[in-house]
Amino acid sequence: MVPLTHYLIFSAVLFSIGVLGVLIRRNAIVVFMCVEIMLNAVNVSLIAFDRYLNQHDGQIFSFMVMCVAAAEVSVGLAIVIALFRNKATVNLDEINLMKW
Amino acid sequence: MELLIFYPLALVSVILALFVVFNKSPIGSAVCLIGMMLGLAGVFILLQAHFLAILQIIVYAGAIMVLFMFVIMLLNLKDDDTKWKIRERNIFLSSATGVLILGILYKIIDVTTDTKFDSPATVPDNFGTVEVVGTTLFTDFVLPFEVASILLLAAMVGAVVLAKSKVD
Repeated sequence: MVPLTHYLIFSAVLFSIGVLGVLIRRNAIVVFMCVEIMLNAVNVSLIAFDRYLNQHDGQIFSFMVMCVAAAEVSVGLAIVIALFRNKATVNLDEINLMKW
Repeated sequence: MELLIFYPLALVSVILALFVVFNKSPIGSAVCLIGMMLGLAGVFILLQAHFLAILQIIVYAGAIMVLFMFVIMLLNLKDDDTKWKIRERNIFLSSATGVLILGILYKIIDVTTDTKFDSPATVPDNFGTVEVVGTTLFTDFVLPFEVASILLLAAMVGAVVLAKSKVD
């Protein structure tokens, strides 16, 4: 049997990769994909805890995470399209209208 | 036996996640992300969360990734991410984040080496099936479920309004 620790380490590694992507990439769409990686990593740990504690609450919570991810992606990609119409770029370093 | 299934799945998922980050073209990243989500669906099945595994494939690998592909092809993005590297101004922030993540990892290992989590609980045969999860969803969690539907409706309206016309 796989110990719970291995699932949690797997989840933490995936989350770290997502954070790495958000920090070093400049393409807005790839940054969104890295946010998806982070949400998926959280789902893994929720479901692993569920299995090891014999409960269903974590699965419901990860279902809600999926709902929020779908909403976030649809609104986020709409924002990316609106930005692309305005500035013809998806480079996050050039989108600094609200920076200061 | 379970180890033999878990480690290849985890390894493939981690490698594909790294490819998402380090791929030059956005469409390549999207394809790698689909692969990673399929691997995670396998991990969910291993954890007997069949309903969530099906949702992972239908909602993530299906709907969300099609949306990504659609937008990438609509915007006709080239490989304009050529000069990406660590932002100089953010070195402090990046180091702080790394230290935080190391701390989280340490704490997780510290907590879960408890003997209570060494082996999974004995679960009934119908654990994680659509029937059981659906019953929980529609009895104990019916209010969050309805709120989620309102959230999805608001997101749909917001996406249509944002993408409809030019932003002034």
